[in-house]
Amino acid sequence: MKYSFSIGCKLENLKDLRAFIRESLGKHGVTEVQVSEIVLALDEMCSNLMIHAHHCNPKDFLEINIVIAPGTPLIFEIIDDGTLFDINQFSEPELNNLIHDKRKGGLGIRLVKSIMDKIEYTHQSGRNICRLQKTVTLTS
Amino acid sequence: MIHIKRLQEDGADVLALVGEIDASSSIDLDLAIARSVGEGFTKILIDCSALEYISSAGLGVFMSYIEECKEKNISMVLFGMNKNVANTFEILGLNELLQITATKAEAKQKL
Repeated sequence: MKYSFSIGCKLENLKDLRAFIRESLGKHGVTEVQVSEIVLALDEMCSNLMIHAHHCNPKDFLEINIVIAPGTPLIFEIIDDGTLFDINQFSEPELNNLIHDKRKGGLGIRLVKSIMDKIEYTHQSGRNICRLQKTVTLTS
Repeated sequence: MIHIKRLQEDGADVLALVGEIDASSSIDLDLAIARSVGEGFTKILIDCSALEYISSAGLGVFMSYIEECKEKNISMVLFGMNKNVANTFEILGLNELLQITATKAEAKQKL
Protein backbone atom coordinates (compact mmCIF):
# COMPACT_ATOMS: atom_id res chain seq x y z
CA MET A 1 0.00 0.00 0.00
CA LYS A 2 1.30 3.43 -0.91
CA TYR A 3 0.06 6.74 0.42
CA SER A 4 1.13 10.03 -1.16
CA PHE A 5 0.86 13.63 -0.10
CA SER A 6 2.10 16.87 -1.55
CA ILE A 7 2.76 19.88 0.62
CA GLY A 8 3.68 23.51 -0.16
CA CYS A 9 6.76 24.79 1.67
CA LYS A 10 5.00 26.79 4.32
CA LEU A 11 5.46 25.91 8.00
CA GLU A 12 1.74 26.37 8.65
CA ASN A 13 1.17 23.35 6.37
CA LEU A 14 3.04 20.97 8.69
CA LYS A 15 -0.12 20.23 10.64
CA ASP A 16 -1.73 18.80 7.49
CA LEU A 17 1.33 16.62 6.95
CA ARG A 18 1.01 15.30 10.50
CA ALA A 19 -2.67 14.52 9.94
CA PHE A 20 -1.82 12.66 6.72
CA ILE A 21 0.78 10.50 8.46
CA ARG A 22 -1.47 9.72 11.43
CA GLU A 23 -4.32 8.81 9.13
CA SER A 24 -2.21 6.59 6.82
CA LEU A 25 -0.46 4.70 9.63
CA GLY A 26 -3.65 4.49 11.66
CA LYS A 27 -5.17 2.24 9.00
CA HIS A 28 -2.47 -0.35 9.59
CA GLY A 29 -2.53 -0.69 13.33
CA VAL A 30 0.83 0.93 14.01
CA THR A 31 0.97 1.60 17.75
CA GLU A 32 0.13 5.09 18.96
CA VAL A 33 3.60 5.72 20.38
CA GLN A 34 5.25 4.64 17.14
CA VAL A 35 2.89 6.79 15.08
CA SER A 36 3.73 9.76 17.24
CA GLU A 37 7.47 9.17 16.87
CA ILE A 38 7.21 8.81 13.09
CA VAL A 39 5.10 11.99 12.90
CA LEU A 40 7.79 13.76 14.89
CA ALA A 41 10.61 12.58 12.62
CA LEU A 42 8.85 13.43 9.34
CA ASP A 43 7.67 16.80 10.68
CA GLU A 44 11.31 17.48 11.46
CA MET A 45 12.62 16.38 8.06
CA CYS A 46 10.02 18.41 6.17
CA SER A 47 10.37 21.55 8.28
CA ASN A 48 14.16 21.37 7.78
CA LEU A 49 13.69 21.14 4.01
CA MET A 50 11.13 23.94 3.94
CA ILE A 51 13.41 26.25 5.90
CA HIS A 52 16.88 25.37 4.63
CA ALA A 53 16.33 24.17 1.06
CA HIS A 54 13.21 26.13 0.06
CA HIS A 55 13.30 29.23 2.26
CA CYS A 56 9.62 28.66 3.08
CA ASN A 57 8.48 29.41 -0.46
CA PRO A 58 4.88 28.10 -0.59
CA LYS A 59 5.17 27.63 -4.36
CA ASP A 60 7.78 24.91 -3.82
CA PHE A 61 6.35 21.51 -3.02
CA LEU A 62 7.53 18.44 -1.15
CA GLU A 63 6.18 15.03 -2.10
CA ILE A 64 5.80 12.51 0.71
CA ASN A 65 5.22 8.82 0.09
CA ILE A 66 4.53 6.17 2.69
CA VAL A 67 4.98 2.56 1.58
CA ILE A 68 3.50 -0.10 3.83
CA ALA A 69 3.95 -3.80 3.08
CA PRO A 70 3.67 -6.77 5.44
CA GLY A 71 6.98 -8.18 6.64
CA THR A 72 9.09 -5.21 5.52
CA PRO A 73 10.03 -1.99 7.27
CA LEU A 74 7.86 1.07 6.71
CA ILE A 75 9.35 3.28 4.01
CA PHE A 76 8.95 7.03 3.93
CA GLU A 77 10.11 9.06 0.95
CA ILE A 78 10.47 12.80 0.88
CA ILE A 79 11.04 14.10 -2.64
CA ASP A 80 11.95 17.66 -3.57
CA ASP A 81 13.96 19.61 -6.12
CA GLY A 82 15.75 22.04 -3.81
CA THR A 83 19.33 22.16 -2.61
CA LEU A 84 20.28 18.79 -1.14
CA PHE A 85 19.99 18.89 2.62
CA ASP A 86 21.59 15.66 3.79
CA ILE A 87 21.22 15.23 7.53
CA ASN A 88 23.81 12.43 7.52
CA GLN A 89 26.38 15.15 6.85
CA PHE A 90 25.50 17.03 10.02
CA SER A 91 26.98 15.92 13.28
CA GLU A 92 24.65 15.89 16.24
CA PRO A 93 25.70 18.55 18.71
CA GLU A 94 26.16 17.52 22.32
CA LEU A 95 23.14 18.41 24.42
CA ASN A 96 25.34 20.13 26.98
CA ASN A 97 26.83 22.39 24.33
CA LEU A 98 23.37 23.34 23.09
CA ILE A 99 22.29 24.19 26.61
CA HIS A 100 25.41 26.18 27.32
CA ASP A 101 25.06 28.16 24.09
CA LYS A 102 21.30 28.67 24.71
CA ARG A 103 20.70 27.36 21.23
CA LYS A 104 17.22 26.44 20.11
CA GLY A 105 18.16 24.35 17.08
CA GLY A 106 20.15 21.18 16.69
CA LEU A 107 17.79 18.78 18.40
CA GLY A 108 15.84 17.78 15.33
CA ILE A 109 18.52 15.77 13.56
CA ARG A 110 19.24 13.92 16.79
CA LEU A 111 15.53 13.09 17.07
CA VAL A 112 15.25 11.79 13.51
CA LYS A 113 18.32 9.61 13.89
CA SER A 114 17.02 8.20 17.17
CA ILE A 115 13.63 7.37 15.70
CA MET A 116 14.41 6.10 12.20
CA ASP A 117 16.46 2.95 11.48
CA LYS A 118 17.97 4.16 8.23
CA ILE A 119 18.18 7.42 6.29
CA GLU A 120 19.51 7.47 2.75
CA TYR A 121 19.51 9.94 -0.12
CA THR A 122 19.39 9.39 -3.86
CA HIS A 123 19.16 11.78 -6.75
CA GLN A 124 16.88 11.01 -9.68
CA SER A 125 15.87 13.16 -12.68
CA GLY A 126 16.99 16.32 -10.92
CA ARG A 127 15.08 15.52 -7.75
CA ASN A 128 16.32 14.57 -4.31
CA ILE A 129 14.79 11.49 -2.76
CA CYS A 130 15.29 11.01 0.95
CA ARG A 131 14.25 7.52 2.02
CA LEU A 132 13.72 6.72 5.69
CA GLN A 133 13.09 3.26 7.09
CA LYS A 134 11.46 2.20 10.30
CA THR A 135 10.66 -1.31 11.43
CA VAL A 136 7.37 -1.53 13.31
CA THR A 137 4.99 -4.24 14.38
CA LEU A 138 1.77 -4.08 12.39
CA THR A 139 -1.30 -5.39 14.16
CA SER A 140 -3.62 -5.21 11.16
CA MET B 1 -1.33 26.43 16.20
CA ILE B 2 -0.82 27.17 19.84
CA HIS B 3 -2.75 29.27 22.34
CA ILE B 4 -1.01 30.25 25.51
CA LYS B 5 -3.14 31.22 28.49
CA ARG B 6 -1.41 33.04 31.27
CA LEU B 7 -2.34 33.53 34.88
CA GLN B 8 -0.60 34.14 38.17
CA GLU B 9 -1.09 31.81 41.08
CA ASP B 10 0.63 32.02 44.50
CA GLY B 11 3.40 34.17 43.06
CA ALA B 12 4.05 31.82 40.15
CA ASP B 13 3.46 32.65 36.51
CA VAL B 14 1.40 29.85 34.98
CA LEU B 15 1.52 29.38 31.20
CA ALA B 16 -1.06 26.93 29.87
CA LEU B 17 -0.21 25.60 26.41
CA VAL B 18 -3.24 24.68 24.32
CA GLY B 19 -2.77 23.00 20.95
CA GLU B 20 0.33 22.06 18.99
CA ILE B 21 3.84 23.50 19.03
CA ASP B 22 5.81 23.04 15.82
CA ALA B 23 8.24 25.04 13.71
CA SER B 24 5.48 27.52 12.84
CA SER B 25 4.39 28.20 16.41
CA SER B 26 7.45 27.68 18.63
CA ILE B 27 8.13 31.44 18.46
CA ASP B 28 4.93 32.02 20.48
CA LEU B 29 6.20 29.75 23.25
CA ASP B 30 9.55 31.51 23.17
CA LEU B 31 7.95 34.95 23.44
CA ALA B 32 5.69 33.84 26.30
CA ILE B 33 8.56 32.46 28.38
CA ALA B 34 10.74 35.47 27.53
CA ARG B 35 7.99 37.78 28.78
CA SER B 36 7.60 35.85 32.00
CA VAL B 37 11.37 35.88 32.60
CA GLY B 38 11.58 39.53 31.53
CA GLU B 39 8.92 40.53 34.04
CA GLY B 40 11.06 39.02 36.77
CA PHE B 41 9.10 35.90 37.68
CA THR B 42 11.28 33.36 39.46
CA LYS B 43 8.59 30.68 39.57
CA ILE B 44 7.22 29.56 36.22
CA LEU B 45 4.79 26.71 35.76
CA ILE B 46 4.10 25.32 32.29
CA ASP B 47 0.74 23.58 32.10
CA CYS B 48 1.02 20.95 29.33
CA SER B 49 -2.30 19.23 29.98
CA ALA B 50 -3.83 20.59 26.75
CA LEU B 51 -0.62 20.33 24.73
CA GLU B 52 -1.34 17.85 21.95
CA TYR B 53 2.00 17.85 20.15
CA ILE B 54 5.48 19.29 20.44
CA SER B 55 8.20 19.12 17.79
CA SER B 56 11.92 19.62 18.27
CA ALA B 57 11.39 23.34 17.66
CA GLY B 58 9.40 23.47 20.90
CA LEU B 59 11.85 21.25 22.78
CA GLY B 60 14.60 23.62 21.67
CA VAL B 61 12.80 26.58 23.22
CA PHE B 62 12.65 24.89 26.63
CA MET B 63 16.25 23.82 26.34
CA SER B 64 17.40 27.32 25.51
CA TYR B 65 16.10 28.57 28.88
CA ILE B 66 17.83 25.96 31.05
CA GLU B 67 20.97 28.06 31.41
CA GLU B 68 19.15 31.34 31.90
CA CYS B 69 16.95 29.81 34.61
CA LYS B 70 20.09 28.66 36.44
CA GLU B 71 21.75 32.06 36.13
CA LYS B 72 18.69 33.95 37.34
CA ASN B 73 17.61 31.41 39.94
CA ILE B 74 14.33 30.79 38.18
CA SER B 75 12.57 27.53 38.75
CA MET B 76 10.52 26.37 35.78
CA VAL B 77 8.44 23.22 36.08
CA LEU B 78 6.40 21.53 33.34
CA PHE B 79 3.43 19.38 34.28
CA GLY B 80 0.46 17.40 32.94
CA MET B 81 1.97 16.04 29.72
CA ASN B 82 0.10 13.37 27.80
CA LYS B 83 1.93 10.13 27.01
CA ASN B 84 3.09 11.07 23.50
CA VAL B 85 4.33 14.51 24.48
CA ALA B 86 6.17 13.01 27.48
CA ASN B 87 7.76 10.44 25.17
CA THR B 88 9.02 13.23 22.88
CA PHE B 89 10.93 14.76 25.80
CA GLU B 90 12.25 11.32 26.77
CA ILE B 91 13.64 10.36 23.34
CA LEU B 92 16.42 12.92 23.77
CA GLY B 93 16.68 12.66 27.53
CA LEU B 94 15.31 16.17 28.08
CA ASN B 95 13.19 14.79 30.91
CA GLU B 96 16.48 14.53 32.84
CA LEU B 97 17.42 18.14 32.14
CA LEU B 98 14.08 19.85 32.74
CA GLN B 99 11.82 19.67 35.76
CA ILE B 100 8.74 17.70 34.75
CA THR B 101 5.97 16.41 37.01
CA ALA B 102 2.67 14.63 36.46
CA THR B 103 0.41 17.00 38.36
CA LYS B 104 0.15 20.68 39.15
CA ALA B 105 0.36 19.98 42.88
CA GLU B 106 3.67 18.15 42.43
CA ALA B 107 4.91 20.94 40.18
CA LYS B 108 4.17 23.55 42.87
CA GLN B 109 6.15 21.57 45.42
CA LYS B 110 9.22 21.82 43.20
CA LEU B 111 9.06 25.62 42.97
